[in-house]
Amino acid sequence: MHIRILRYDPDRDAKPYFKDYDVALDASDRMLLDALVKVKAMDDSFAFRRSCREGVCGSDAMTINGKNGLACITKLADLKGPVELRPLPGLPVIRDLIVDMTQFFKQYHSIRPYLVNDEPPPEKERRQSPEDREALDGLYECILCACCSTACPSFWWNPDKFVGPAGLLQAYRFIADSRDQATNERLDNLEDPYRLFRCHSIMNCVDVCPKGLNPTRAIGKIKALMVKRSV
Amino acid sequence: MGLAVRQFDAVVVGAGGAGLRASLQLAEAGLKVAVLSKVFPTRSHTVAAQGGIGAALGNMGPDSWQWHMYDTIKGSDWLGDQDAIEFLCREAPKVVIELEHFGLPFDRNDNGTIYQRPFGGHMQNMGAGPAVQRSCCAADRTGHAMLHTLYQRNVRANTQFFVEWMALDLIRDASGQVLGVTALEMETGEVSILQARATLFATGGAGRIFAASTNAFINTGDGLGMAARAGIPLEDLEFYQFHPTGVYGAGVLITEAVRGEGGYLLNKGGERFMERYAPTAKDLASRDVVSRAMATEIKEGRGAGPDADYLLLKLDHLGPEVIEKRLPGIREIAKKFANVDPVRDPIPVVPTAHYQMGGIPTNYHGEVVVPGRDGPNNVVPGFYAAGECACASVHGANRLGTNSLTDLVVFGKASGDSMIRFLQENPGHQTLPADAAERSMARLARLDGQKGGESVYEVGNELRRTMQAHCGVFRFPDLLAEGVKKIRAVSERVARTGIADKSQVFNTARVEALELDNLIEVARATMVSADARKESRGAHDRADCHDRPGFPNGRDDQNWLKHTLWYKDGDRLEYKPVNLKPLTVETIPPKARAY
Repeated sequence: MHIRILRYDPDRDAKPYFKDYDVALDASDRMLLDALVKVKAMDDSFAFRRSCREGVCGSDAMTINGKNGLACITKLADLKGPVELRPLPGLPVIRDLIVDMTQFFKQYHSIRPYLVNDEPPPEKERRQSPEDREALDGLYECILCACCSTACPSFWWNPDKFVGPAGLLQAYRFIADSRDQATNERLDNLEDPYRLFRCHSIMNCVDVCPKGLNPTRAIGKIKALMVKRSV
Repeated sequence: MGLAVRQFDAVVVGAGGAGLRASLQLAEAGLKVAVLSKVFPTRSHTVAAQGGIGAALGNMGPDSWQWHMYDTIKGSDWLGDQDAIEFLCREAPKVVIELEHFGLPFDRNDNGTIYQRPFGGHMQNMGAGPAVQRSCCAADRTGHAMLHTLYQRNVRANTQFFVEWMALDLIRDASGQVLGVTALEMETGEVSILQARATLFATGGAGRIFAASTNAFINTGDGLGMAARAGIPLEDLEFYQFHPTGVYGAGVLITEAVRGEGGYLLNKGGERFMERYAPTAKDLASRDVVSRAMATEIKEGRGAGPDADYLLLKLDHLGPEVIEKRLPGIREIAKKFANVDPVRDPIPVVPTAHYQMGGIPTNYHGEVVVPGRDGPNNVVPGFYAAGECACASVHGANRLGTNSLTDLVVFGKASGDSMIRFLQENPGHQTLPADAAERSMARLARLDGQKGGESVYEVGNELRRTMQAHCGVFRFPDLLAEGVKKIRAVSERVARTGIADKSQVFNTARVEALELDNLIEVARATMVSADARKESRGAHDRADCHDRPGFPNGRDDQNWLKHTLWYKDGDRLEYKPVNLKPLTVETIPPKARAY
C-alpha cells in the first residue's frame, strides 16, 4: 500500500513536506494503524500518537484522505490509495502527525467539565431514573480525540474564543445530568457571541465523529435552553 | 548534574484510575502534587475497561462484602493476601458510591439505584451460588466513564499534570528511601528531576510482553522496570491472566459482561462446552478456568473456523434491545474488528493476554514492602504503588472480573491517604544523591551514541513471540526452561538497541526504546518465576503438575503456598509467605477449587 505522510520536524526541517512510503501488508493488518506501525518500523523518525488501538482512547486522530478520523478504526480495505495523511487541521504542529492540543483542552476545561452538586452527598448513591440516565447517552461517550473541533471552520477561525463542538457536547452532558445543579451558571458561561453562538450548524463535527456522536444536536439543545430562559 | 530539579510534596506516575484517585486525594488535601503521564490522562488504559466495577452494594438482591471476599480468595486460588482482600471488599461499596457522587454515569434500576450485572466467579452464599449481580456498570464502557469522571474531578481540584512526560528511573538515596523520579518531557526531549517526599507508581500493566494482547501500546510495565532497576523485587509475575474473549486475530477485548448478560461460548459442533468444565457456573466460571477450557477445546480439535483455532461467543439470543442498551460498545467492536454483527452472528474469540496479577509488592496501605531486617515486609520509605503495577496482593493467582477497577479506586485512594500521613510525619526534603540522574542519563547517552544497533521493533517482536510461545495459557517444563534461555538472549539484544532518529522533538523512537528497557524486565521476571514454580495454581498451569490426591488441580499448598519475589540482579528468586489472616474475620482456609 502506498501512503503519503505530511512530515515536519522543527529540529531539522524548514517546512513541512510529503514523504511517500510503500508498505507491505500482511493478512493480519486490518486497520490504518497497523500500516502506520509498519511505516514506523521502516523509518523510526516518523512520529504519531497511538495507544488503545480500538477507538476508545482518542490518541490517533489525524486527517485521512482529507477527512478527520482515528487510524485504529479506519479499515485499510475502505481506503482509496494512495492514502494521504496530515495532522489534524487548525492546531499547531509539534512534529509530523502530532499536534499541540493545548487550545482544545483549554476549551474543554472552560466549560467546568465536572458534576456540580453542592448538597451534602447522601450515604448511598444519588438516585437517578433510567430515563434521566438515558439522557446522557450520546454525550458521555466522547473520547476527546478532537476530530470534531478540528473539522469545524468556526473553531479554526476562533480557537481561543469558540468552545468548539467537543467542549459544547460535554457542556450539555452536564446540563442534561439530573444530578447536576449548575445549569444556570453553565448557560451564563456560554452566553457569549463566540463561546456558543459561533456554531453555525455546518455539521462537520457530526460527519467526522468516530464514535457516532452528534455535537450539533447538543449545541441546538443548549441554544434552545438559552431561548427558553430568556422568555 | 546540571538538570532542572522540580520539587513537589508528592509525585504520581501514571494517570489511570489508580493514579487519578490518588492524586485527587492529595490535591484535595492541599498538597503540591505532580501527576506524570506518557499520554493525556483520559488516554490511559483504564479507558478500555468495559464490564464494570465489583462492589457488594446489594442493589439487585442479597449480597455482602464477606461473599465478595470469599469469591476473591477462591478466585485467587488462595494466593491472595486475606488482609488486603478484606480491605478491598469492605471498601468497595464506599468507593463506588463516591464515584457516583463524582458524577460517573452508572446504569440505573427502575428505583434509581445503580444497576449491577453478574460476572464470572461472583457468587452468593460464600461461593455456594447461585451467581450474584455485583458488577456496577456504565453500559460496557465503565472504564471510560470512570477515567473521565476521575479526570474531571481532578480538573475541579486543580491537580497539576505533566502530560506526555515519561518517568525514566526511580531515585533512591543510600538508605533506600525514595526521593522521586527522573523524567523525560517528550515534546522537548529535556530530562528533569522531579523530587518528591512521597512517590506513587500507578503505571499499569505490561500486556505488551505478549504478541496477542488486549492491552494498549502504552502498557509497557514502566513502573515495574523502574522498580526492578532500583533493586525492588517484583512479586508473583508468573501469574498472568488470559482473558477468555479477545477478538480472534485482533486481540481486542470483548467483555465478560457479554456472558454476564446471558451470552455463552460454543465450539465448532455448536456445543455449549463450558457445561462440561464448570457444571455450576458454566460460562461464568472464573477466567483461568474458562480460558483453559477454551484452549483445551482448540487443542482437541473442536475449535471453529477453517483452522479450528477459535471459539464462538453467541449473544444474538439476548435480542437487539439488550445488546444496544447494555453492550453497545461490543457491537461496535465486533463489527469493526471481527466483521460480524453480534445481533445476528457469534463473535470469533480466543483467550488473549490481558492482566498481570503480580507487580511491585505492597501492603494494603499502598506502601511498597521488601524483605529486610524486620522480615519479608519492610516498608520502603517514600515509595507507594497502586493498581495493576502493584501486588497487594488481592488477585493472587487469578483475578476476578470487575476486581481490577475496584483495585484501582480502593488502593488509589488508600495510597493517597497513606502518602498524606507520611508527608505530615516527614516534613522537608531529603538531600538528593549526587548520582540521582546517572542511570537515566547513561541510558539516554547510550541511545544517542549508538550507531546501528538492533532494531527496537524487531527485538520487541522477538520478546513478544518468545513470551507467547513459551509462557501461555498452558505451560510446559521444557518450553519454560528454553524460554528462560531465550528471554535472556533477548535481554542482551535489548542492551544493544539503536535508533536512527536523534531529534529532540517528540522522539517516539526514543520513547519506544526506553519502553523496551522496561518490557524486558517484566518479561524476564515472568518467565523465570514461571519456570521456578513447580505447581499449577490459578492462571499458572503446568503440564507436569496435574490434579491428583492431595494436589487439587495440581496445586501444592505444602510447598508453594507462597509469593514469588524476583530480583533483577542475577534473576534471583526469593519467596515470602501468603497472609492468610484477614483483618477482622476468620481465615478462609484453602480448599479444592471448582465452579
